[in-house]
Amino acid sequence: MFYREAGDFKTSYVDDSQTFPIRVDRYGYYALLAVAFGVLPFLVNDYWVNAVLLPFLIYAIAAIGLNILVGYCGQVSLGTGGFMAVGAYACYKLMTGFPEINIFFHVILSGGITAAVCVLFGLPSLRIKGFYLAVATLAAQFFLVWLFNRVGWFYNYSASGQINAPERTVFGIAVTGAQNPPWAAYLFCLVFTVGCALIARNLTRGMAGRKWMAIRDMDIAAEIIGVNPLKAKLTAFAVSGFFVGIAGALFFSVYLGAIEVGEAFGINKSFLVLFMVIIGGLGSIFGSFAGAAFLVLLPVFLKNVLVGGLGWPTDLAAHLEFMIVGALILIFLIAEPHGLAQLWRVTKEKLRLWPFPH
Amino acid sequence: MLDASEGHVTADGRKIGGVVMEMRNITLRFGGVVAIKDISFDIREGEIRAIIGPNGAGKSSMLNVISGFYNPQEGEVWYKGQKRPPMKPYQVAQQGIARTFQNIALFEGMSVLDNVMTGRIRQMKTGLLAQALWKGRAEAEEVANRAAVEKIIDFLEIQHIRKTPVSRLPYGLKKRVELARALAAEPSILLLDEPMAGMNVEEKEDMSRFILDVNDEFGTTTVLIEHDMGVVMDLSDRVVVMDYGKKIGDGTPEEVRSNQAVIDAYLGVAHD
Ligand SMILES: Nc1ncnc2c1ncn2[C@@H]1O[C@H](COP(=O)(O)OP(=O)(O)OP(=O)(O)O)[C@@H](O)[C@H]1O
Ligand SMILES: [Mg+2]
Repeated sequence: MFYREAGDFKTSYVDDSQTFPIRVDRYGYYALLAVAFGVLPFLVNDYWVNAVLLPFLIYAIAAIGLNILVGYCGQVSLGTGGFMAVGAYACYKLMTGFPEINIFFHVILSGGITAAVCVLFGLPSLRIKGFYLAVATLAAQFFLVWLFNRVGWFYNYSASGQINAPERTVFGIAVTGAQNPPWAAYLFCLVFTVGCALIARNLTRGMAGRKWMAIRDMDIAAEIIGVNPLKAKLTAFAVSGFFVGIAGALFFSVYLGAIEVGEAFGINKSFLVLFMVIIGGLGSIFGSFAGAAFLVLLPVFLKNVLVGGLGWPTDLAAHLEFMIVGALILIFLIAEPHGLAQLWRVTKEKLRLWPFPH
Repeated sequence: MLDASEGHVTADGRKIGGVVMEMRNITLRFGGVVAIKDISFDIREGEIRAIIGPNGAGKSSMLNVISGFYNPQEGEVWYKGQKRPPMKPYQVAQQGIARTFQNIALFEGMSVLDNVMTGRIRQMKTGLLAQALWKGRAEAEEVANRAAVEKIIDFLEIQHIRKTPVSRLPYGLKKRVELARALAAEPSILLLDEPMAGMNVEEKEDMSRFILDVNDEFGTTTVLIEHDMGVVMDLSDRVVVMDYGKKIGDGTPEEVRSNQAVIDAYLGVAHD
């Protein structure tokens, strides 16, 4: 079958602004959702969920959040780890403080709280740009980690300074705590990932997204044609913080279950998510997924092939991973700032013309 | 004085109304440089008002004052019969003043359609929450505004590049897209800073036609900066002439053309 929009003419502006304008894409997307919700939960085991699916789903949310800020609105942030920590600690305080409320709402509220914190740390963006803004968000990163380490109230004065997620259920099935079945944890995260992606897509295809991109491309012109820069930037920080906070909450409560803030949400995390966005593609929701998948799968792949298959020592494989990621970042930054998403688009363009390239 | 009631019909049948904007004794300084010196003029509804003058005369600065990008040290801007308080540029835009730039200022990372749709900010007011849900209010608003934008796209004959990223367009088309973005706002006053600069003869003719047609069709009040005297004489109803920040002439093209100070400025007669 040919991949093209032939015979698929748009007869209305509603059709034209669809998420997947080409029919084959659309069916592929529905099929993917059906498999993700209807088939995978029956197949997955503990290894797949914990090594691949949960980190992929959660990092995808974080990458979408950061992409809104960096890729769509052009505001650099190195504070993603710190903001994820805000989501995690908000979730912990809510879970332990209001055990009668469903964890689902705790996660959403954690996103809301992180959004507020993110706006606060986004205020400098009204005055400073680029490198200086990056440094300001870096300060936020270190401050937040320090805060959660130091102030006992955040970790309920536990002796270890760690926080542990108590068991919480949805429809009577545990999604957090030591006893949660892998498929339940997976489905719980999947719901959030799909929800966040839809919201992000809706915002970016409408006026909110256009305002962000206008600020990104030329802030002075944007203001002169009517974009309120203060509102546009702060909504980007808020929406970004909302997603990153949800990712942090899920990372702590569903994925790890117990964390020490410096380890789980250190500066490394900020860079990891930033790399996902760069490799996946700045300014693309699909790219956020691609980048998250790539950086989650790469170490798994290297470990299985090099260590498991060829018998390399683990640390050598880990070093190779650093080198690959480093090289890819350079390649993408220089040659293809729109990342994997753009490579995918180009492939599709070619496919659309195939087999008659002229 | 504002005389909002007065109006007349031009020889070619267009209706010129009362004064919609009045600049009163505007002075704008950058440190020691006086870019605009005590200039007053008015803009009437429906007219094409040209601002001409040699390089560095202060024409762009004047547009920047109108669009709120610069706040003049002295003088007042009167808009629709009211004195305008100091405003941010985006607030001025929300009041219905749209513009293009001398050096094209499109959003290079966006498609032509998205660029033009961004011009609809004034008309699109749905909140963030409704946009997040999309179905319902946000979608309805998007579709209604898309229809309006498509009319402008048709009008300026840029249908074929609708989905093209702006960064891939040649210079002349970019200028046209920028005009489309400004028109999308359905402005009360349209400010054009050298819309034909750097164009070849054919492109200039196209652009002149678009400016005239827009004025004709929608009655858009237009303020036009242009160096090409032929174009100015053809298009404009009235002309302000600036030189070294001062106003040296104001009137119909014929009046201005026979003004001695204007002739001197353009022939480069030494200033004493
Ligand atoms: N932001 C600024 N800072 C300092 N000086 C400025 C600034 N903008 C303009 N000027 C000065 O003000 C004067 C008028 O500049 P302006 O750009 O308004 O001229 P113009 O009539 O548009 O010229 P051109 O035909 O070359 O576009 C010039 O002397 C210019 O150097
Ligand atoms: Mg100029």
